[in-house]
Amino acid sequence: MEPTTTSYLVLAALLFGIGATGLMIRRNPLVMFMCIELMLNAVNLTFVALATRFSDIDGQTAVFFVMVVAAAEVVVGLGIIISIMRRRPGATVDDLAELKG
Amino acid sequence: MELIVFVLASAMVLSGAIGVVLFRNPVHAALGLVLTLFGVAVHFVSMEAHFLAAVQVIVYAGAIVVLFLFVIMLLGVDRAEDLTIEPLKLQRPVAIVLGAGVTVLVAGAVVRGADTLGRETNASAPGDSNIRALARSLYSDHVLAFELTSVLLIVAVAGTVVLTRRLKKSEG
Repeated sequence: MEPTTTSYLVLAALLFGIGATGLMIRRNPLVMFMCIELMLNAVNLTFVALATRFSDIDGQTAVFFVMVVAAAEVVVGLGIIISIMRRRPGATVDDLAELKG
Repeated sequence: MELIVFVLASAMVLSGAIGVVLFRNPVHAALGLVLTLFGVAVHFVSMEAHFLAAVQVIVYAGAIVVLFLFVIMLLGVDRAEDLTIEPLKLQRPVAIVLGAGVTVLVAGAVVRGADTLGRETNASAPGDSNIRALARSLYSDHVLAFELTSVLLIVAVAGTVVLTRRLKKSEG
């Protein structure tokens, strides 16, 4: 017995839900970033599952681009977090209201 | 056999993901992330996406998690976050309800839509042609997007250097 495509999609849904929940619960910006990575991986899993299902390589190409963009996003996001933390050590995302009038 | 691999890798993925959400120490959360990413790579192998599995381990579980750990150590935020302090009283219950709702809705939609996928075909490509097929798709159909990603990476690197450098005189 082999796992069906639907089981992969359900697993990806669970992973996405855990990532979304973590993004809303946690307040440490680094951990929130990790939760975004979880959600991106859930989407990658659905892409590969359906690409395998329909024998279409374009789904895997999309995953390749998602990985590149995720890498660039992590680099820029961590740069922003470093420059924020340097100014205000120990800040959580609730403290970042500097633009508030 | 494939079912056993699926169950084990799914257990890795889900336990790592729950670890990311629940561990108080960001270093432990990053290690949970490694577990999840590795489980996803195992799934990629079992779905015969060999190149993506290698990229997943090298780029994600290697480079990105090392970057996370580097920033955690650099900033010295590796002390445990106190999860009991609650600035917004309702945030956590509402977040859990919303997250469970999203999960149940998406999973339910996937299960109900299982029939629309059509009949299962076993016409999967042989393993060693995966890289060749991916390269052909990448360098012919999507070559413009591929070139644009190089621009994106250059911009990201240059932008990060500008963001994080310290100015000498005026405050950075």
